[in-house]
Amino acid sequence: MSIDIIQQLKAANLRGRGGAGFPTSLKWEAVKNTPSSLKYIICNASEGDPQLKKDYFILKNHAEEVVQGIKIALDNIDHSKAYIYLKKDYYRKFKKPLLKLIKNLPIKLFKKPGGYLAGEETALLDAIEGKRPEPRLKPPYPSEAGLWGYPTLIDNVETFYHVAKIAQGKYKNERFYCLSGDIPRKGVFVLRENLTIKEILDETHNAPKSDFFIQAGGTLGEFFLPHELNQPINGLGSIVVYDKVRTNPLLLAKKIIRFALYQNCDKCTPCREGTYRLFEEFAKKEPNKKIINDILLVLEETTFCALGAMAGKSMISLQTKIIHD
Amino acid sequence: MIEKNIDIKINNKKFSAHEGQTIAEAAKANNIYIPLLCSHPDLKIKPNCRVCSVEIRGQKTLRPACSTKITEGMEIFTHSPLAKKARKINLELLFAQHREECSDCVWRFNCQLLNLAEENDAKITRFHDRKTDYPIYRFSNAVEFDSTKCIDCRNCVEVCKNQGVGYLEVYERGAFMKVMPTKKKNIDCVYCGQCIMHCPAGAFEGVGEFEDIEKPLSDPDKIVIAQFAPAIRASIGEEFGLDYGEIVTNQIVSALKKLGFDKVFDTSVGADFTTYEESKEVIERMKSGKRLPLLTSCCPSWVKYIEFFYPEFISNLTTVRSPQEILGGLIKTYYAKKEKIDPKKIFVVSIMPCVAKKYEIARSQLKINGMPSVDFVLTTREFARLLKHRGIDFNTLRPQKLDDLFGSPSGAGIIYGATGGVMESAFRTTYETLTGKRLDKIDFKQVRGLKHIKKAAIEICGETKKIAVVNGLGYAKELIEEIQRNPKDNYTCIEVMACPGGCIGGGGQPLPTNDDIRLARANGLYKIDKTTKIRRAHENPIVKKVYAEFLDKHPKLAHEILHTSYRKQKREKN
Repeated sequence: MSIDIIQQLKAANLRGRGGAGFPTSLKWEAVKNTPSSLKYIICNASEGDPQLKKDYFILKNHAEEVVQGIKIALDNIDHSKAYIYLKKDYYRKFKKPLLKLIKNLPIKLFKKPGGYLAGEETALLDAIEGKRPEPRLKPPYPSEAGLWGYPTLIDNVETFYHVAKIAQGKYKNERFYCLSGDIPRKGVFVLRENLTIKEILDETHNAPKSDFFIQAGGTLGEFFLPHELNQPINGLGSIVVYDKVRTNPLLLAKKIIRFALYQNCDKCTPCREGTYRLFEEFAKKEPNKKIINDILLVLEETTFCALGAMAGKSMISLQTKIIHD
Repeated sequence: MIEKNIDIKINNKKFSAHEGQTIAEAAKANNIYIPLLCSHPDLKIKPNCRVCSVEIRGQKTLRPACSTKITEGMEIFTHSPLAKKARKINLELLFAQHREECSDCVWRFNCQLLNLAEENDAKITRFHDRKTDYPIYRFSNAVEFDSTKCIDCRNCVEVCKNQGVGYLEVYERGAFMKVMPTKKKNIDCVYCGQCIMHCPAGAFEGVGEFEDIEKPLSDPDKIVIAQFAPAIRASIGEEFGLDYGEIVTNQIVSALKKLGFDKVFDTSVGADFTTYEESKEVIERMKSGKRLPLLTSCCPSWVKYIEFFYPEFISNLTTVRSPQEILGGLIKTYYAKKEKIDPKKIFVVSIMPCVAKKYEIARSQLKINGMPSVDFVLTTREFARLLKHRGIDFNTLRPQKLDDLFGSPSGAGIIYGATGGVMESAFRTTYETLTGKRLDKIDFKQVRGLKHIKKAAIEICGETKKIAVVNGLGYAKELIEEIQRNPKDNYTCIEVMACPGGCIGGGGQPLPTNDDIRLARANGLYKIDKTTKIRRAHENPIVKKVYAEFLDKHPKLAHEILHTSYRKQKREKN
């Protein structure tokens, strides 16, 4: 293959589909240009967010393109070996078909040991190394020192799918969206990226008829009111529509907090202790607003990784827009 | 490497700082205070506690000062309203994990948590304590871990791993992590107490600290004799506001007398006996070529480490007892006989920089005539606390001399307290015994200092002998593996002290302890050595006298006083 894939990724303006949206070509370049006798490529197919089913969808319907995408990376990055990092049930389900496609390529399958946070890109390095999965302090970035200290390329399974499409000349600037909640047509949709939330709902014929609000970007995503939908999704490609009348926002808040409490890694104070105290407050008949606001502040401002900040932002938007509107 | 300076602003004032520094480092270099809690200079930046969060102009959120590197033109606000508010809330959350037990805490007089709470108006009881039903663990009779006080910073886990042990681990408990002893059967605590030295929350302490400190003086029928380790004299002053490394030997004597001890002896004299006896053993083994390298055994954590993790090296350990055990044995035999006291009436108390010494005195192999050689160990911290309980003002005490008989150590006995000290003492004696010549240069500088593994080659009688000195137990593993890989190019003698810096950095020493403090304490000991007339163990008159009058005449008893044995260990139950 003589075509320069990195130039193609750049031209296609492909951005990582794991949620952070970092330009894929820059990551590939960084790993390619870091001198090392061994490098790793990791395909992250471990979506731990209960709102997401797109990794599943891609593995089920497009495993061939995914393996092709990883192969392109293996060819492009010297001295490299690859892992496909799979959520437990995905590992069970897709082990056979994946191995069939992998044949004798240097690609190993790895079963994710933990929950949501074990899918974070540096926490998964710890998981593969047999440690308790926790996000790592950056720098060094994985492209400089990742798995076992070697330069490591970590991309989402969807990103590898698109890499294969780009190499085939079939990339159409699309993205996988997961739609759920109080809508008639739930499921995974492949639509153009950069669509606004409103356009996504319209194109999938899911625009709600009664009063509603939505959450975009996953279980820890922000909440938006109907007049705020003229913007693309930040973070994970998920939209959940809630019927205003039928939804109890306090129960929703509890669900988010419980998720943050059980899925955070307990490394930093605001996440470990703050989510617990929020949980406690919301279990009370009359939660103390000052305590809630204080904890949301440290979650948003001082957590180690994005999880706490997301939980803080999500809760703040729920509080200000829906609970007390 | 050329250091580049860049301009930054902290709290609206301009500073020039080294590129590559963190905000915390740059602030410290310019005398600006940023509170740090979970960081310890011995350990990696984690950064877990988030107490050091500061505001940076142009950044979306607060950033931790301990891990964020400065950049050109960075504008930092250490005490902005937002930074202060977040700090206060995070502290309140930390206190919500930490069961307060202040009166009995190792940090009672210099608690960083409490100071931070005060500085930031944190309400320490804002939340109910989350961990009240968490367990208290006890590791032999040496170390206690009260996990109701733990703030999950994991310094203990890191330092235990650095010590080459890995006994403390993180496990899951519902929605939380918790630190607890490992479930792995092939790992056991060696009681070095470095967890105590690196825990900012006082969750670790010596067993009996401080509830048992009155015990040794509670029996009026006993003749209570104190001995204190070399390292104490260079560290206990810190507990009373004196400088790091300030030597207070004679104040210790008067303090002990004031507490009611009948006699006060110096463990450094015991060290001179250890050196003399151990030197004989080295020479024997050098001649036979067997059981080399000889491994020192003064450090009970190192002994336990070998017995548990590397039992194949048990025969390499010197059989010579540690200084406190030899001195205790001599007190209960030679001294008792001389003074016509029933040894059963004698109660020997060691003041030690170490919690593992509590474990050592309970070893059944260290009895003398069926009695323990030493009856009780007080750590430096416990001794200081006892003085505070009794209202004894250490700084105004009139210095008193040590009691005769075991009151005059050689300089070689004093430096036992610092890493390399045992080796240097043994070298002085062994070299002069073997060659019959006096050393021109008695200072053995290659084995001094805080470097974790120090190696040297010595010319004795035309032969080159390799020696090595290790401080920080984790580094011993490295050396053992080197010996296993390369058995032909062997060492003659290896000194290992479990604690960084040796006993001056021991698990029973004053808090805080870091490399600057370790160095100051070690320098204090070397200063005494330099100014002591007799600097060789084998030239100490009391050593010569006791061998001539007593030990040489009763070889069986001498062996019991001076030597011990070891055995493979299984994991202890707790």
